[in-house]
Amino acid sequence: MITREELIADAFVQLADTLVAEFDVLDFLHVLVDRAVELLDADAGGIMLADQRGGLEVMAASSHEAHLVELFELQNEEGPCLEAFRTGQAVTRPDPAAMRASWPAFTTRLEEAGFASAQAVPMRLRDEVIGALNVFRVAPGALGDPDMKLARALADIGTISLLQERSVRARDRLAEQLQGALNSRVLIEQAKGVLAERGGLEVGQAFRALRDHARRSGTPLAEVASAVVHGRLRLER
Amino acid sequence: MADILAALAAAGPSASWPDHLVETCRRSTGVTGVGLALVDRTGVSGIVAATPGVGRELEDLQFSLGEGPCTEASLSGRPVLCSDLADDGGARWPAFAREAERAGVSAAFTFPLQVGAVALGVLDLYRSETGPLHGTHLSEAVAHADAAVAVLLHLQGRDDETGGTGLADLADRRAVVHQAAGMVSVQLGVEVTDALRALRAHAWAHDRSIGDVAGDVVARRLRFHDSGSGTAGDTEVRDPGPGPGGEPA
Repeated sequence: MITREELIADAFVQLADTLVAEFDVLDFLHVLVDRAVELLDADAGGIMLADQRGGLEVMAASSHEAHLVELFELQNEEGPCLEAFRTGQAVTRPDPAAMRASWPAFTTRLEEAGFASAQAVPMRLRDEVIGALNVFRVAPGALGDPDMKLARALADIGTISLLQERSVRARDRLAEQLQGALNSRVLIEQAKGVLAERGGLEVGQAFRALRDHARRSGTPLAEVASAVVHGRLRLER
Repeated sequence: MADILAALAAAGPSASWPDHLVETCRRSTGVTGVGLALVDRTGVSGIVAATPGVGRELEDLQFSLGEGPCTEASLSGRPVLCSDLADDGGARWPAFAREAERAGVSAAFTFPLQVGAVALGVLDLYRSETGPLHGTHLSEAVAHADAAVAVLLHLQGRDDETGGTGLADLADRRAVVHQAAGMVSVQLGVEVTDALRALRAHAWAHDRSIGDVAGDVVARRLRFHDSGSGTAGDTEVRDPGPGPGGEPA
């Protein structure tokens, strides 16, 4: 029987291992989300990052099913991610009634998607909030203190990953990385569409096919996506 | 971004938009000069617009040298923000940094103009003072880069019937829009940028939002067909009814 402490240690070792030269920030954020979902006993999760356009964009999600992506995109209007981003504080609610009072439209969609609770922790760089880590659970209620602390630690690692690479000034580097990652996100959506159409797949399956290939071949996700969109790589059967 | 595009559309015919765009960008970002250039795999392939003086001079310089933040931003797909050319520009682009300083430029900020897999060009900002592009200046620069993407896409679609309406559709960043563009690119056998234009044209012709049209494509309620004339705008719609696994509307 593996203890929770061992699981946490494993997760941090895996994340640290990934944070080496040549690492793929998009894939890394997906690993981070998967680990957060597992460790926090959640059922789905994602990372939203603020772009300089003033909005929040989904950078990574535990699944790319349409209903889940929509739950993130909706949070440009209301929801725990937006609240964590605006306040810089961890966001949780004790029960569905409290959630509904704060985020009526979001809570309705959340429940339609089969979840009963949602939590978010901010990703911060000194005085600047750059995004939030968000988890959804089928079980109602708030996360306990130790879990919220763990969530914050995971969110901090996400921030650090965005600061990797090149020795330019930190602020410039963050903006460069962030915009680059946001550009890659559009590219990955295109690749999902191309694969879905060629292989008759749902977009969620298409994403898994992209990611599996990136992992197996040790190629950055964005490179795989670009090859698919340009017709240089065919992953469909 | 929508405001920028609305102002451009109101300012005159589409051919004048690039010139207006570089000028409003210069004013709202507090820089000295701005240029808008097209890129291909080898580097800058043409200058679309530049503000008079420093903007024009440095665009020409990057074009003739074949070196500078342009190429780097376009290859990497991310902005190159060089807040002090004398400090870290020299090692990256020695000739460009030297000539830029001679022209009185101390900082250069370049934004790649791309729609996912397709690189269209770059938006170059040049400033006579060193220092990062701060807060609202940075967000204005990103907004102008988004607007520039929409303008370039629009100008490339020569058979475009939409005029200036719905220009912002071409800079929509929602996941579903780009998934649909990927699907339509396969359906029509065209590039994703052409597919995005086809989505916009369809939305315009049917008085719908591009998000709704894209949602129908992803849910497989709507397919695009090449009519045989080879133009992506020529589409024919087949409605297979609510298909299996259709998304909730």
